[in-house]
Amino acid sequence: MKALMFGWEFPPHISGGLGTACYGLTKALMKHDVKIIFVVPKAWGDEETQNIRLVNASDVLIDIKDKLFREMISKLSYLEIDSTLIPYADDEEYFRITEQLSKGVKADQLSIKTHKYTFQGGYGKNLMEEVKRYALVGAEVARQHQFDIIHSHDWLTYMAGAEAKRISGKPLVVHMHATEFDRSGENVNQLVYDIERAGMEAADMVVAVSNLTRNVVINRYGISPEKVITVHNGVEPATPSQFLEAGKKVDEKIVTFLGRITFQKGPEYFIEAAHKVLKRDPNVRFVMAGSGDLLPKMIRRVASLGIATKFHFTGFLKGDDVDKMFGMSDVYVMPSVSEPFGISPLEAMRSNVPVIISKQSGVAEVLKYAIKIDFWDIDAMADAIYGLLHYKSLPEMFKECGKEEVESIKWGQAGKKVKDIYENLLKKTPNIS
Amino acid sequence: MKSICLYFQIHQPFRLRTYRFFDIGHKHDYFDDYANRFLMQQMAEKSYLPANKLLLDMIRKHGKKFRVSFSISGTALEQFEMYAPEALKSFQELAQTGCVEFLAETYSHSLASLKSPGEFTRQVKKHASRIQELFGQKPKAFRNTELVYSDEIGNMVYDLGYRTMITEGAKHVLGWKSPNFLYCSASNPKLKLLMRNFQMSDDLAFRFSEQRWSEWPLTAKKYLGWINAMKDSEEVVNIFLNYETFGEYQWAETGIFDFMKAFAANLIQEAKHQFKTVSEVSGKLQPVSGLHVPYPISWADEERDLTAWLGNELQKEAFDKLFQIEEWVKNSGNSQLEQEWEKLQTSDHFNFMSTKWFSDGMVFRTVNPFNSPYDAFINYMNVLSDFTIRVERAGASKKQTVDAPAKKTRTTAKTTTSKEKPAKTQATAKKTTAKPKAKTK
Repeated sequence: MKALMFGWEFPPHISGGLGTACYGLTKALMKHDVKIIFVVPKAWGDEETQNIRLVNASDVLIDIKDKLFREMISKLSYLEIDSTLIPYADDEEYFRITEQLSKGVKADQLSIKTHKYTFQGGYGKNLMEEVKRYALVGAEVARQHQFDIIHSHDWLTYMAGAEAKRISGKPLVVHMHATEFDRSGENVNQLVYDIERAGMEAADMVVAVSNLTRNVVINRYGISPEKVITVHNGVEPATPSQFLEAGKKVDEKIVTFLGRITFQKGPEYFIEAAHKVLKRDPNVRFVMAGSGDLLPKMIRRVASLGIATKFHFTGFLKGDDVDKMFGMSDVYVMPSVSEPFGISPLEAMRSNVPVIISKQSGVAEVLKYAIKIDFWDIDAMADAIYGLLHYKSLPEMFKECGKEEVESIKWGQAGKKVKDIYENLLKKTPNIS
Repeated sequence: MKSICLYFQIHQPFRLRTYRFFDIGHKHDYFDDYANRFLMQQMAEKSYLPANKLLLDMIRKHGKKFRVSFSISGTALEQFEMYAPEALKSFQELAQTGCVEFLAETYSHSLASLKSPGEFTRQVKKHASRIQELFGQKPKAFRNTELVYSDEIGNMVYDLGYRTMITEGAKHVLGWKSPNFLYCSASNPKLKLLMRNFQMSDDLAFRFSEQRWSEWPLTAKKYLGWINAMKDSEEVVNIFLNYETFGEYQWAETGIFDFMKAFAANLIQEAKHQFKTVSEVSGKLQPVSGLHVPYPISWADEERDLTAWLGNELQKEAFDKLFQIEEWVKNSGNSQLEQEWEKLQTSDHFNFMSTKWFSDGMVFRTVNPFNSPYDAFINYMNVLSDFTIRVERAGASKKQTVDAPAKKTRTTAKTTTSKEKPAKTQATAKKTTAKPKAKTK
């Protein structure tokens, strides 16, 4: 069985959870004897800017020297698409090209007006253009390769997947790692929403990373429930870090928030809970690690509550600093308002840090050894923090059982489930050659 | 001719309210009065009242031939008085028929038997006198919280004057032996033991309305047929149930009430077997063998052990911390504190902290107000923290009033107690030795 996969990024060029998830899933599928052609756009424009803009502090870069990774790469048909391959000017041009492609005209024979393209970042006009251009690539790749099934990761690649399906007639699976509601709250970008919805409608099957996401897909995109299956993400096996034992330099207990400081991560709830705890127990320090558009507002809030001597902002952390932060922490809190999955609590647990997570996160569906609260329930959050800091058997139990639990959440199971989805789809489409 | 021993347990805990850490030192109301009232009234309406009416009708119809045994925890009795006096009245009516035996147990459905012989003794005595006040009979047989039993507990119960005790017919204790005989404690043969037939009991408590069960639907005729099919030599069938089986575990719509009515009527009509209370069974039969139970057993879960209440670190920490302050509570001389400490011992609080449901989908024995075992633990520990502060303050203020000879009074107190009670029971002797152990933990 061979799958044609469309991603937006892949290690080592990853900018967030999507790349990590694609890597884990691909590896697991290959172990289940699925051959994969993985298509990603080559890093174009200003790569450095792109990374910094999107990297989530909690995401861990995958070591490219990793033997498994190299072994995998050697088996994987990995297509890097030069983004200047098929430039296009506008929608009209785009549809003219797809027309030609569907008639069997080769990409290099296409008559197209070339123009210099520069990547500008954001969800602006240019990203949309890239998405459309990537779709053209999808069509072209589909024409040139043999495969049984198509699998697209997140909205950026849905058009490519749909195009590939149109050209090849093979079944399409789209994978919802995050919805527009997770990214933007209620202020959705209509264009993105439309692409997501069209992609899911075009798809034969939709994979959601949690039941939470599955419900959003069904209720807010109107996708038929029979078409949507939950496949929880896995976790990469732990790589021991020398920083975990680095120890603390302050006597107080440390409670940590680590993530983008944006609306959907719920940083303000963490601050309010911190305030409640500090009123009763001055022997605690709170750390907010990360950056984001709400950072200035959060700093102002901490100052106005008068807790700035006990509440610290580190700015964006990367690499070893993340491990060091976990090494210092006594409690990790993820108060996300909306989190399709959320891998950072798993990273914390792997580092022996007890976690408090919001019920509005997909990862809450798979974890037992974690305290789950509603993101808005500041009293419950404060109480959980206080409990973990004062009643010792609880953190001890979490440390002991949590690590084991995280290690049991493997990509292998996710890979098996996705393969089952492929097989069921192929049974339904008997015209495979 | 077999004795059929129907025994029903009635218990409701005083559930804790959501008590946050910032309440510690400020608020001292721990119990969720609204939930406790609501649940007690609901349980009375759905279960206790209709079940009592059924039993009363059967006793009136069949005369002395229909007999049952009850044990009612002190916390349930208190809540009857507060929230459902009509339920208490109907139990009193049953008591007046002379066909109902009331057993002794710990007052607050406590697990003190595992930790503090002194507290255990105090609670059993308190419960027995309350039963006598309310139902006009002095309990003769004993049931421990959750049917917890071990050789050691058996000895304490014997020392308290009881000669009959009921417990679980746990497989790992009975081995090849049948629960359908009277047994006795191997370490103390004068203490007779009735072993719960969990097969026959759970057929009613858990499986009665289970449509996937191969025996569904269970009719009175079929159930009686099983008893008739038992070997003639077997002497007793101990059907021990939570009373909430009627109307709560098994809703009225399942036909559980009609089943009971038909079962009793058929059994009495056939006249092959007789209903007996716990003490009647113990008086009538001879023990066939002694049982060694070095490690405590209970009627919970597959394992029939203590892990539903003291299985994980959270439960152990909470339980240890609760009993660490025993001496302070007792020395405080403050009856309000003593009563609250008693209520905090109720086994349900520890059951709510169980993480066993992660693995085997364990059923909670009473309505669980908490979302997770962690919430239950943190909430309990918050309450206990506040309670401990109050106990410490009470101790400190007492010390201040006594002033300088504070030390002296403590030592004299010790000597006077031992002088006052020359016939010191084994239990209290143990208490003094058990205490330091608990503290070092």
